[in-house]
Amino acid sequence: MVFAVHFTASVLACWLAAQVLAASTWTWRAPRVAIVCWQAVGLALGLSAMGVPMAWGLAAYDRPTGSALLALATDLGHGTLPVGVGPVQLGLVVVGFGVGAVLLTTTARSVHATVRAQRRHRDLLTLVARRDPNVPGALVLDHPSAAAYCLPGVRPRVVVSAGTLDLLDRAELAAVLTHERAHAQERHDLVLLPFTALCRALPWFRWVRDAHERVALLVEMRADDKARELHAEASLAGALRRFAACGDRITPVGALGVGDRDLDARVRRLMLPDRPPRLIGAGALALATVLVALPITLFLS
Amino acid sequence: MTRLGDLERAVMDVLWDSVPATSDGVTVREVADALDGRELAYTTVMTVLDRLAGKGMVQREREGRAWRYRAAASREAHIARLMLDALDLGGSRDAALVRFARSVTGTEADVLRAALGAQTGRTDRVDDPRAARARLADEATDR
Repeated sequence: MVFAVHFTASVLACWLAAQVLAASTWTWRAPRVAIVCWQAVGLALGLSAMGVPMAWGLAAYDRPTGSALLALATDLGHGTLPVGVGPVQLGLVVVGFGVGAVLLTTTARSVHATVRAQRRHRDLLTLVARRDPNVPGALVLDHPSAAAYCLPGVRPRVVVSAGTLDLLDRAELAAVLTHERAHAQERHDLVLLPFTALCRALPWFRWVRDAHERVALLVEMRADDKARELHAEASLAGALRRFAACGDRITPVGALGVGDRDLDARVRRLMLPDRPPRLIGAGALALATVLVALPITLFLS
Repeated sequence: MTRLGDLERAVMDVLWDSVPATSDGVTVREVADALDGRELAYTTVMTVLDRLAGKGMVQREREGRAWRYRAAASREAHIARLMLDALDLGGSRDAALVRFARSVTGTEADVLRAALGAQTGRTDRVDDPRAARARLADEATDR
């Protein structure tokens, strides 16, 4: 009983932490810490979502969920179940495993789809993109629209369109390329992967999509920080502004509007640099550790 | 770039640049002749074309004892496909590309989709590539 309450409290704490993280702006000053916190919340939520039905089903054993599961397995082997463990309780345990299976399979399917789409993209790049002496280490797509992106992977590709080359000056382009290489080096695609998978598994939960968007923005800010280590802030901010100016601000697609707001936030934090919030950051990391540790200890003890 | 990727690109360049859109394709021999400078074996060219057919990049039709090959879609259509992915307009986030910033006008998006749709339809492919190129050129001057 008490363990079921623990798991339920853990789910609530994760939900609350996600709300607070989504609303905070200190995260913009410490994107890496914030990304770790989001990952911790995601992991803790997944484990707790499995744990809640299991712990209710195993309440009769009155011990931590991990050892209760072992005891249940032994009892099932002997064909004798203790008092208070009936079909309903067994059903709850099955639901718990089901939640875990759904989470794992959606992640696996997401990885599979991503690998296929990226291979297709890479094959096409090999056939139609060209190298350009002005942008060493990057591929150029001959298209007038402006785009700059990174195709992640073991052998990542940084790609810019001809429109981007027209749009940016030399310093701005260099800053953008460093930004993209940071994505590739720190494997930001893997950071985003579990959140993309969650969005697929639970498409009707608005706050799951919000979490995905927040993490995507933090990843961009992290890459901005890496670019700022090598290039002047003004170049990067200038590049962002130029992208914003040539884009369409009036659009029926809601997602693009969010992109615009995020772009403004990124420019502002580049122009008004602030010291990283060490105290809040340390506190957030400690809380995140507790959040993850709670369901893990319940499963392992 | 791998050697194989390099060869595939060279072969596609022949199909895109040397073959008029109105023709009904070229034979392996003609592609090998066009790649004269590389001194490739006939079988190598055949293997590359076979691979490209497997990937859906080229279409082939049997004519007598030989196959005739042609590009399944124009270079412009492939670039449009990549740009739609890059700008997150393709309707699928599967490619998981991390982009610097997204910036595209509504008309640009329409042009990209049109360039792609016209090609995947593959019905009137005769003047599609040129039409797409003309539209893209218009777009460039608009901006």
